[in-house]
Amino acid sequence: MVIRKKYSFPGYIYIMPWLIGFLVLQLVPLVRSFWYSFTDFQLLGDPKFVGLDNYRKIFSGDLSFLKSLQVTAAYVLIAVPCKIAFALAIAVILNQKIKGINLFRTLYYIPSILGGSVSIAVLWKYLFMNQGVLNNLLTSIGLPGADWLGDPNLALGTVSLVTIWQFGSSMLLFLAGLKQIPESLYEAARIDGAGKMRIFWKITLPQLSSIVLFNLIMQMINAFQDFTPAFVITQGGPLKSTYLYGLMLYDHGFKFFRMGYASALSWILFAIILFFTGLTFKSSDSWVHYGDSL
Amino acid sequence: MIRQKHSFAKIASYVLLILLAYIMVYPLLWMIGASFKSNEEIFGTLSLLPRNPVFGAFASGWKGSGQYGFGTFFINTFLMVVPTVLFTVFSSMLVGYGFARFNFPLKKILFIVMLSTMMLPATVIIIPRYIFFRELGWLDSYLPFIVPALLGCFPFFNFMMVQFFRGLPLEIDESGKLDGCNSFVILKDLLLPLCKSAMFSVIVFQFVWTWNEFFNALIYISSVAKYPVALGLRMTMDISAEFDWNQIMAMSLLSILPPVILFFSAQKYFVEGIATTGMKN
Repeated sequence: MVIRKKYSFPGYIYIMPWLIGFLVLQLVPLVRSFWYSFTDFQLLGDPKFVGLDNYRKIFSGDLSFLKSLQVTAAYVLIAVPCKIAFALAIAVILNQKIKGINLFRTLYYIPSILGGSVSIAVLWKYLFMNQGVLNNLLTSIGLPGADWLGDPNLALGTVSLVTIWQFGSSMLLFLAGLKQIPESLYEAARIDGAGKMRIFWKITLPQLSSIVLFNLIMQMINAFQDFTPAFVITQGGPLKSTYLYGLMLYDHGFKFFRMGYASALSWILFAIILFFTGLTFKSSDSWVHYGDSL
Repeated sequence: MIRQKHSFAKIASYVLLILLAYIMVYPLLWMIGASFKSNEEIFGTLSLLPRNPVFGAFASGWKGSGQYGFGTFFINTFLMVVPTVLFTVFSSMLVGYGFARFNFPLKKILFIVMLSTMMLPATVIIIPRYIFFRELGWLDSYLPFIVPALLGCFPFFNFMMVQFFRGLPLEIDESGKLDGCNSFVILKDLLLPLCKSAMFSVIVFQFVWTWNEFFNALIYISSVAKYPVALGLRMTMDISAEFDWNQIMAMSLLSILPPVILFFSAQKYFVEGIATTGMKN
């Protein structure tokens, strides 16, 4: 990997853009945000140090904090596993020798390109609204429609569907991983008389486990911070049933301009994400199998 | 017998794949159809094709309802996206080369730091960044998008390029050095021509992400004259949601076209790029 054993100066020149960017646009903001979280800072005027006040307020009486924590937890628990399961299932099916695989790959990937775009959120609103497409479809085959976006019990599920629908990039990673599994492993298993399901659980899944881990962590980090779908489709309603943490953060920071309070909220989110990422990493010792390449 | 079972499984997976693909793209097909339907027809029928096609939705939607139309929003989006993408390619290339081919003090630690910033939630630094850009007078401009791209603040792309460079044989560099090229010439003349697929992946990802950017646009851009399409679309929806569904669908459709076109034209390189940048690890 390394050309010369002795240190060379040019390396620093090449990574300089990132180094400056990291210091100025990531490290300094990180420190500042930590400081702001102990202040009362209304954007106009200087931050006033208030110690742990923000945190105390958040934990002792902020009902919307509790609500959005609950909503976000439910959202992450619905969206992330479903997305990964879909991505894996489709990747396995697409990994067979199938004609037109490129077409399928593209079709499944398209929703992910459009990603969290507003147009998709707008579209979702129309598909799932009261006299929307889905309800028309259901009534036409004699089933009762539902108030997908207006019913607090259903709205979060409907919003999660947009996220799950975009399983394309996870799927591509799985597909790339499947291509790396040596055919000899499968052959050996087939000779031993293992069935399809057994092969999947005993060979495919363990071989893909490092990609499962990567997808899990990336999707989790993203899902905890999601904003656009809920903001455009439901504005957090009805009855705050889709009031994701990202929405609450936006409200405090950029609607009420309570920068100190919002900074404290963002550090709590950071701690939560760190905790769950760490937990996932820790648990991975027992379920991720690295190939001999690592 | 075995053969029969085999082909049955194959047919079953085809049916499943086609059915699922239909469900996946149905919303998009519906969107296309809806932009040619009259408002009464949009929710009245289930068929994707419009019974009495209307073509006015694109023209009237494009004009917009306020002072600024989608012409402005589209130009704005390009003004924001194109420099961001170009600078991302440029910076990730340099940083990737630096980490992949040179040895310098603290390299290991810096690399780990860079990787861990990939996991740093954007929300933690969004507020100080906003305040910082406000202090610099950059709010309501596209600098909050362009400058971070120039400064390699998308570690995901840096990492991708590192992985890609690591996959290129060292002999290329060695032969360049024997010919007396300096490291920059080696990068520019020998390595970059081999980077096409990785470059396309960076371009596609960054184009699509910046194009779809909503949250950052929402907080950094405040005047309607500078709205990118995403904000323009949302504004249109707020103003006219009661009446002009077909216009909104038409504009939504137009707004997803550039990323889709880019994806299709770069698809070959893109998929290859993902496979070769070590995302497989």
